[in-house]
Amino acid sequence: MPFLFKAQDVTKQFAGHKALDKVSISVPEGSIFGLLGPNGAGKTTLIRIINDIIAPDSGKLFFEGKKATNQMVGQIGYLPEERGLYKKMKVGEQALYLAQLKGLSKKVASERLREWFEKFEINTWWNKKVEELSKGMQQKIQFIVTVVHNPKLLIFDEPFSGFDPINVNLLKDEILRLRNEGATIIFSTHNMASVEELCDHIALIDCAKKILEGRMTDVKNEYKTNSFKIAYKSAEGNLTAILKNGYEVVEQWQDGDIKKAKIRIKNNDNPNDLLKALIPHIEIHSFNEILPSMNDIFIRKVEENKGSK
Amino acid sequence: MNKILLIIKREYLTRVKKKSFIVMTILGPILLAALFIVPVYVAEMEGSKKVVGIIDETNIFWPQFKNTNNLQFLKLDTDIESAKKNIAANDLYAVLYIPKTELSVPQSAMLYSTGQPNIIVKGYIKGVMRKEVEALKLQASGVDPDILTSIKSKINLLTIKINKGGEEKQSSTELSMAVGFIGGLIIYIFIFMYGALVMRGVIEEKVNRIVEVIVSSVKPFQLMMGKIVGVALVGLTQFALWVIFTLIIVSGFLSVYSTDISKFKESQLQMQTENIVPVDNMNNDQDVNESVIAVFESIQSINFPVMIGSFLFFFLGGYLLYAALFAAIGAAVDSETDTQQFMLPVTVPLILSLALAQVIITNPDGPIAFWLSIIPLTSPIVMMIRIPFGVPFTDLYLSFTLLILGFIGSTWIAAKIYRTGILIYGKKISYKELWKWLMY
Repeated sequence: MPFLFKAQDVTKQFAGHKALDKVSISVPEGSIFGLLGPNGAGKTTLIRIINDIIAPDSGKLFFEGKKATNQMVGQIGYLPEERGLYKKMKVGEQALYLAQLKGLSKKVASERLREWFEKFEINTWWNKKVEELSKGMQQKIQFIVTVVHNPKLLIFDEPFSGFDPINVNLLKDEILRLRNEGATIIFSTHNMASVEELCDHIALIDCAKKILEGRMTDVKNEYKTNSFKIAYKSAEGNLTAILKNGYEVVEQWQDGDIKKAKIRIKNNDNPNDLLKALIPHIEIHSFNEILPSMNDIFIRKVEENKGSK
Repeated sequence: MNKILLIIKREYLTRVKKKSFIVMTILGPILLAALFIVPVYVAEMEGSKKVVGIIDETNIFWPQFKNTNNLQFLKLDTDIESAKKNIAANDLYAVLYIPKTELSVPQSAMLYSTGQPNIIVKGYIKGVMRKEVEALKLQASGVDPDILTSIKSKINLLTIKINKGGEEKQSSTELSMAVGFIGGLIIYIFIFMYGALVMRGVIEEKVNRIVEVIVSSVKPFQLMMGKIVGVALVGLTQFALWVIFTLIIVSGFLSVYSTDISKFKESQLQMQTENIVPVDNMNNDQDVNESVIAVFESIQSINFPVMIGSFLFFFLGGYLLYAALFAAIGAAVDSETDTQQFMLPVTVPLILSLALAQVIITNPDGPIAFWLSIIPLTSPIVMMIRIPFGVPFTDLYLSFTLLILGFIGSTWIAAKIYRTGILIYGKKISYKELWKWLMY
């Protein structure tokens, strides 16, 4: 799979502390790449380096396989976590200004902005001052100016903060649509639910180091515990009596006349072996593998990393 | 480069379109023009002669009240009660009543009028009476008033500068003082006003959190320079508009009232002299003519190309040097209230140069004046004060060169602080931290 963007051994030292320590990431073209990590891990520093806002002390950046130059910034759309607009400026005027700074001509910028305003049904805002708009409305403008120059790489840092659930969905749909149209997206957030929903690749950064990277399904498989959730009907009271060695009943409970349980396979048995062991005794209604949530993996990896130091 | 132009354009247009800019641009010249026009207007108002009736029971004072251009004195032969009643009927401005007293020299009088009497009229009457009372007292103590008149002397000291070629030029220290001081003051105000504007602009971008959006498109240095240049253009626009509007208003007014110019001059002289002691008119005119000629001669003695050239240079150079520092302060803080601690070292050289203006004027070639006019932080103001007194070209070029270096240096320092500071929120920055950013 071709990579749109690569960072190689990027190190950044600030007065007093190391913000990034030989971090490498590879962002596949057309993916939604989740950049995760606890507060202060160095995500924002990495994002700023990608945007050429600050320079790395060492390390290399590649864009479309070539060494990144400052021409690259025209190909990036960046929605920072700390974001805002000039309050006293008119919406249209401001959007035009920011689009032109990204390298669009005034004519093209104006046409594209009109299209976007049409799409978001906010045409009437063009001549309003930004301070007259609500926070959510301002976020919409902010989103438009991030994507108006059709960048190949989009970087969203906590994009959903400040949006109500309806607008979060609108935005999610837009992000997915942009991806389907060929954009590559780096997505940084603490909201693990949206990571599960949107991302296909992730990288986890903690204490200035990358501690995990890969395709999301691969990561989940790597961290799965071989646990299964079953729902069944049975006269027999206890699963532990049925399943002897090789299986652990982690949890069982009753939901109406349906019984439920979480079972972990301890040896090399596959799920079929588990089913075989169960079928003679109980009537199975559902059988699902329990995959670890991103939340679990995040917490586990960060805790591990803490322990290793 | 294209992007920096976009930034300059935005910085310029948003400020020029602001209501406060338009109001200031209109109000400024009106206030300035008022300084010229009001005296003329007042003279015009005073143009109708005021007639003051005098009832002098002492019979000492009334012959001393000489008619002036605006005031006419009329001895009334009625008694005070009927005079008081008939002020309006007799078309009088006021009635001056000097009652008889037991004292040998009367010292009080009453001025009756229908409205609040004009301060100039009051001053004139008091002056005349004081002069007469003094004369009477002198007489009483046996001094001949003629001796007193002969003692009063006016010294006319002409200052003449001799240049290297031996050419003599009449100069006026007072005028040099005024020209230099005004030049320095304008630069001082400009630096403070527009430097602070740059600083507020930077803080605004930080507070609005738009700065990170912008620096993802342009370099922090471009954003900083764009703002500094944009604001400089705003300042120059305002300054130019003020000069033009003021000239238009004043010249328009003067062309309408051109016939009153002579009156204006007289009224100004009267305002100056009547309040003190009425001086013999003829004498006065001569003095004035002499001093006017002297002023004109010394205006010619100032080297205007050098003066205006240096003014523009120091005006811009000083602004650029300080604006960069102000931008750095703006980047290091989160709100305007936090700027105090960093403002001090930046403003001290500015305030110092103006505070030392007196010293520099007293000794424009002394060591303090020399050094302060060479050091870039103070030179924009101090050198402006020095120039009208004549500055060797070597000093001037040295000062120019150092100011350019100073501007480059301050921009370099500011850029380092700026690019780190704009991305740091919610942290109180100390000098130690600033130093780290600089060294980093």
